[in-house]
Amino acid sequence: MVCPPFLLSLRKIWRSALIGGGVALLLALVGMVETFHSRSVINNVVSVGQVLFLFPVWYATYVSLRQMSEERKKVMIASFTAGIAGSLPLVLLLLIGAGINLRAMFVNASPALYKILTFGQNLWPGVLVLIVVNVLVTLTAGLLLQLSSRWQRALIQGFLWLFIAGLMRDLILTVTNRWGPLAGVVQFFFAANGLTPLGAVLLLAIVIGLAFWPRRQAESQPANSRARWIVLGSIALILLFLPQILGPFFSEILDNVMMYILMGLGLNIVVGYAGLLDLGYVAFFAIGAYTMGILTSPELNAHPLTYWQALPFAMVIAMISGVILGLPVLKLRGDYLAIVTLGFGEIVRLLVLSDWLRPWLGGTQGIQLIAQPKIGNLTLQSQVQLYYLFLAWVVVVVFIAWRLKDSRLGRSWMALREDEDVARAMGINHVTTKLLAFATGALFSGISGTIFAAKLTSVYPHSMNFLVSINVLALLILGGMGSIPGVFVGALVLIGAPELLREFAEYRYLVYGALLVAMMLYRPEGLWPEERRKLELHEEEFVESTSVAAETE
Amino acid sequence: MLRTRLRGVTFTDIVVWLIGLIIFVGMIWGSIATIRLGKYSASTWTDLIVTGLALGGVYALIALGYTLVYGILRMINFAHSEVFMSGAFTATFAATGLMNIGWWDRMPILSLLIVLAVAALVSATVAFLVERIAYRPLRNAPRLVPLITAIGASFFLQYTFRGLYGSGLKGYPEMAIFKGEVVFFGIRFFKTQLVVIIGAILMMLILYSIVQYTKIGKAMRAVSEDKDTAALMGIDVDRTISTTFVLGGASAGIAGILYLILFPVAHFFMGFIPGLKAFTSAVLGGIGNVPGAFLGGIILGLLESVGPSLFLDGLGIPAAYQLKDAIAFTVLVFILIFRPSGILGERLTETKA
Repeated sequence: MVCPPFLLSLRKIWRSALIGGGVALLLALVGMVETFHSRSVINNVVSVGQVLFLFPVWYATYVSLRQMSEERKKVMIASFTAGIAGSLPLVLLLLIGAGINLRAMFVNASPALYKILTFGQNLWPGVLVLIVVNVLVTLTAGLLLQLSSRWQRALIQGFLWLFIAGLMRDLILTVTNRWGPLAGVVQFFFAANGLTPLGAVLLLAIVIGLAFWPRRQAESQPANSRARWIVLGSIALILLFLPQILGPFFSEILDNVMMYILMGLGLNIVVGYAGLLDLGYVAFFAIGAYTMGILTSPELNAHPLTYWQALPFAMVIAMISGVILGLPVLKLRGDYLAIVTLGFGEIVRLLVLSDWLRPWLGGTQGIQLIAQPKIGNLTLQSQVQLYYLFLAWVVVVVFIAWRLKDSRLGRSWMALREDEDVARAMGINHVTTKLLAFATGALFSGISGTIFAAKLTSVYPHSMNFLVSINVLALLILGGMGSIPGVFVGALVLIGAPELLREFAEYRYLVYGALLVAMMLYRPEGLWPEERRKLELHEEEFVESTSVAAETE
Repeated sequence: MLRTRLRGVTFTDIVVWLIGLIIFVGMIWGSIATIRLGKYSASTWTDLIVTGLALGGVYALIALGYTLVYGILRMINFAHSEVFMSGAFTATFAATGLMNIGWWDRMPILSLLIVLAVAALVSATVAFLVERIAYRPLRNAPRLVPLITAIGASFFLQYTFRGLYGSGLKGYPEMAIFKGEVVFFGIRFFKTQLVVIIGAILMMLILYSIVQYTKIGKAMRAVSEDKDTAALMGIDVDRTISTTFVLGGASAGIAGILYLILFPVAHFFMGFIPGLKAFTSAVLGGIGNVPGAFLGGIILGLLESVGPSLFLDGLGIPAAYQLKDAIAFTVLVFILIFRPSGILGERLTETKA
């Protein structure tokens, strides 16, 4: 007889495995499995697409098994059955797909997808293989749980790095090929597509070895000032020579990342510091870019200025438009503010697109022949040169943002964010404080826009859409609202990485959307959180722990 | 009295009022100029008004979802536009299928019911799942948090459906019985417009009576009044909230079909603009208020269809119809700034607004 509690927990595990299978089904139907199948993690052994439809089931099983406190044998039984449960959605897809042509509706339910799901077999053997593979995968989850937690962590880290290395093969090789001897070492690990099997095993061994490496206890003192300067100095050096280290292929991507870092730092002030959710943020970027275009392009302007002459105008106009947006929305909070700013962003875009303002703004055709910045006789036009322009601005803006954070103004912003009524009662002038937040955010975004215009020497209304605002918001949330290093992390992961994975482009916003939800559910403070924000979001736990501490005293 | 009222007026208020005044004067000026120009005949105006009514009916139905959810959770369900899209987009396939087997022309009423059921079902399911996954765990989080998940859910859904059904446009087949025009009291209606107006009114009545006269409607109103007390009275709050989402979702799905009858093309991005406009309608009428959503929808539909010709043509703006969305968004911005409680809404306290 199986005891009822075990049955109960079995049902829970089946349910979560089924949900995992459902996610796998979704990934397959959305087309991600097929698209990513051409990229291997380990050459001819595992493709990224296969990981995509097996991992959700594994993860769901692992998480739910971890909550179950049963003996070894039962865990193994549970993980075995979870594999069967988890494979059901995809099996169903295969069976239905064999009878009906699903493609009339689901464009990705193609024979190519079925072939991937059945591992190249015919229908019935394929279904069997799919189930068996799923079972094997979930069994590893059961086995993993038998190990000590240290081994578990090491193995998970190992496979994670394996996956990242396989995914980023092209990137790693392009970079290392520039560095002679390193290339030989690295090439040993990689095959034509993904890692070599031997390389994979070796890499796994290395990561696991590192995880067990006897490590000195982290110093209890917060890093002393000398160590901090060394770290900062090395970061500065790396940033300074990044285009040279990575090579020309990456300069375009670096420029994009820097552009978004600038915008992110601006939105970080508005959303992160002051807590004003601005969804029309792209408007300021557009205003910066268009001001630059109108003032410097001979198309619309009889007396075109140079980049540097136009820059102050662009900056001032961006700031003023920030104030103009800010004034009417001073009284609004939360959701309404978000919608109004979104409305503003759309109005700006529609006006720019309209025939009415075409003589001044260029309409749908945009503005061409925008001036490029010149220093002496040197025109900054190559991507590497523009990188340094971006870098210079990023340094300035980071400095400003960093100094603002703990300034009187910065603390007022945070006070308003946390409780507007209390902040006002404490004597904070919410009008100027909020307007300054909007103006500063708009300024940074506008600067980013001017360089964008100069980089392309043209601006089009279509590049100023709502998605830009969402990109910036997503990178901010990934990194952690209110955190300056968070902006860098977010921009690298969300803007940099997708550019490297061509296949990813199509699913970019799908993943961003899921990411926004997942971050809010599981880690609202972001990857590199700001201390105060973290306390705010985990207030309950914090209060609980302090009250418990107080009680025990 | 006047002095105490004036003391509260700040510089920013004056600026905002000035901007509002300029736009208002511009509107009046433009209208007078247009009418004096006499560019459009009376029948053109009635055509525009009928178009506006039909459009307004669709907005009103979508707006209902925003209003119901806002009433109960005090949050904007940003993903509602995608709920609308999901039902409409999916139903297009059902419609094409019915067309292919010949039911579309042979049994139009049955086919229409099937398509409506598909749309309502899909939209309701999506709405239910969004609430369950993205909103329920965060019900007590800071306000910004559910808003961000809502935006995330919206994008996730948009691009999921793009992945599922492809990024192209998908035509919704026209029905033979809806072709042509009818004349009532000397006013010309396209049959499609008539169907949409009647359908929207019918749906509004059904939903209104559900909210007002059924037990679940009573529970919804109780939860929107006070969650904790409602729970103490034996109302299952989670279930009531789920029902609200399902109800709003189903009406969005039906609105999706009505929208397709007017504009017979479906694509993954079709929800964004109507969603935003429906939200505007909800706020215009007074968010949280069911008749208000209807009123707001109709007003917005009229403004949008009549507005460009009436206000902007007279000002000499070329291709004014390009700015019809801009008019809707301007209405949105100004209603939120000047009267966030809307036309029929009660004055909300600041914490609620």
